[in-house]
Amino acid sequence: MKDVVLEEILIEAIAENLDGLRHVAVGASSPIPGAAALLARSRSKGKMRVSILGSEDNNFFSDGGKEIFDVAGQGRMDAFFLSGAQIDGKANVNLVSVGDYEQPKARFPGSFGSGYLYFVVPRVILFRLEHTPRTLVEKVDFISAPGFSDDNVYRPGGPHKLITDRCLFAVDKERKCFRLESVHPGHTVDEIHEQTGFKFDLPEGTVPETRIPNSETLHVIRGEVASEISEIYPAFAARVFGIGNES
Amino acid sequence: MLMLANKLTIDELASRIPDGAKVALPPDYAYCSLTAVRALIRRKVKGLHLVGVPSLGFQADMLIGAGCVDTLETAAVTLSEFGLAPRFTAAVKRAEINMMDATCPAIHAALQASEKGIPFIPLRGLIGSDILAHRKDWKVGDNPFAENDPVVYLPALKPDVALIHAPIGDKYGNVWVGVRREQMLMAHAASETFVTVEEIVDGNLMDDLKMKAATIPGLYISGITEAKKGAWPLGIPGGYNADHEHLQRYVDLAKTDEGFEQYLKEFVLETPAEAAE
Repeated sequence: MKDVVLEEILIEAIAENLDGLRHVAVGASSPIPGAAALLARSRSKGKMRVSILGSEDNNFFSDGGKEIFDVAGQGRMDAFFLSGAQIDGKANVNLVSVGDYEQPKARFPGSFGSGYLYFVVPRVILFRLEHTPRTLVEKVDFISAPGFSDDNVYRPGGPHKLITDRCLFAVDKERKCFRLESVHPGHTVDEIHEQTGFKFDLPEGTVPETRIPNSETLHVIRGEVASEISEIYPAFAARVFGIGNES
Repeated sequence: MLMLANKLTIDELASRIPDGAKVALPPDYAYCSLTAVRALIRRKVKGLHLVGVPSLGFQADMLIGAGCVDTLETAAVTLSEFGLAPRFTAAVKRAEINMMDATCPAIHAALQASEKGIPFIPLRGLIGSDILAHRKDWKVGDNPFAENDPVVYLPALKPDVALIHAPIGDKYGNVWVGVRREQMLMAHAASETFVTVEEIVDGNLMDDLKMKAATIPGLYISGITEAKKGAWPLGIPGGYNADHEHLQRYVDLAKTDEGFEQYLKEFVLETPAEAAE
């Protein structure tokens, strides 16, 4: 069997956090979360729905662009994924700009649905595959969606985990901060400290290594999941799983 | 006798969208009228306030680059797999356009308020965000039915014009949008809707209940233009694919002011032939 790649470790780590959910939604440009959702659905034996924006086969919405938000607002969506140009130690997400808002140094596409979904979806999994002090910052330059809210703000949803290319953070809702949960194989806690712009908590004892998917899981990832994800992300499927054709 | 649609040429359609209009546009993955965008650039429209429903793509980038846009009200401007929208990014960094950043459901909800003819609509979320901090037109108020429950109030969003493309229309101005029902919301909410269609078909789309469920009634349509491949270089779902090679060429050229001018010259300004199709 060929060696396990980082993408497969991330897919497994995310899928573990989706176990037992009824409906997992995945936004645009998210091949790894998409694959993780499909893995979790496969394990659920038909008990989980997955909707993937940009997919023809895995997008059941029929009432226009608003429906996914209405579904989330009613509590019919259990998990969603958000990324950010910057994510800070208070789990604030920035999808807008770096520097002054009126005349920014860098401008990104925009907040999309984050300013709403982060508030109403119970398990929002943050993912950022560039784990550097540039992306994981002490304080974001623009809050597209705040990590935490005052007690009187309607907030059934919020951050659940932050997954990067180096490690997995859990969210401490009481202390309103991240706690290092596991470090991916080949990475170290010292390196995480060096590459993270915000302060985070450590678990008691040694920090575990992120689990490598077992052969049964790899079989599912490289089989049915790879084949389904290639419909939406052919280039990703070709690069990671060597299936399909990039063209 | 049923009222017939107002059939326009593409340049007539562009002339019906005045300078300074608030124009609602769909995202790249829906049905976009790039042929109308090119006609607007040719007629040198100025001062547009674009509303992304809920985000914008190539249409907005081209209009911004051509100097047609004053204000952008949108949840995002994205060229998806082609990366950042180059003319949009340049214009924001130079502070050349007035940004009204939003979040997707706020745009849908504010259009729904307009659709219903009500003055505002409440929305969850947003509190504590910088989106809200920068939107002076939005307010935080009380939920009148509960204690200590702040909620965001959005004023109704009424575009002057919704500009869309669709696979088919008929001579009565009925327009089939399929599963892209936000285009129906846009038509309901806007004062006027102008539409280009791949084909104006015989008969009445309303006679077939399967079609009717996904058809905008002619009541909302101020003008319709038949335009084969009117979404090009974007594609239309269920029709033709996007022209990836051309889109990549656009993105490469639009990285610089000069490159963008060259693109305009080659594919927009000196191609009046498409108007005659």
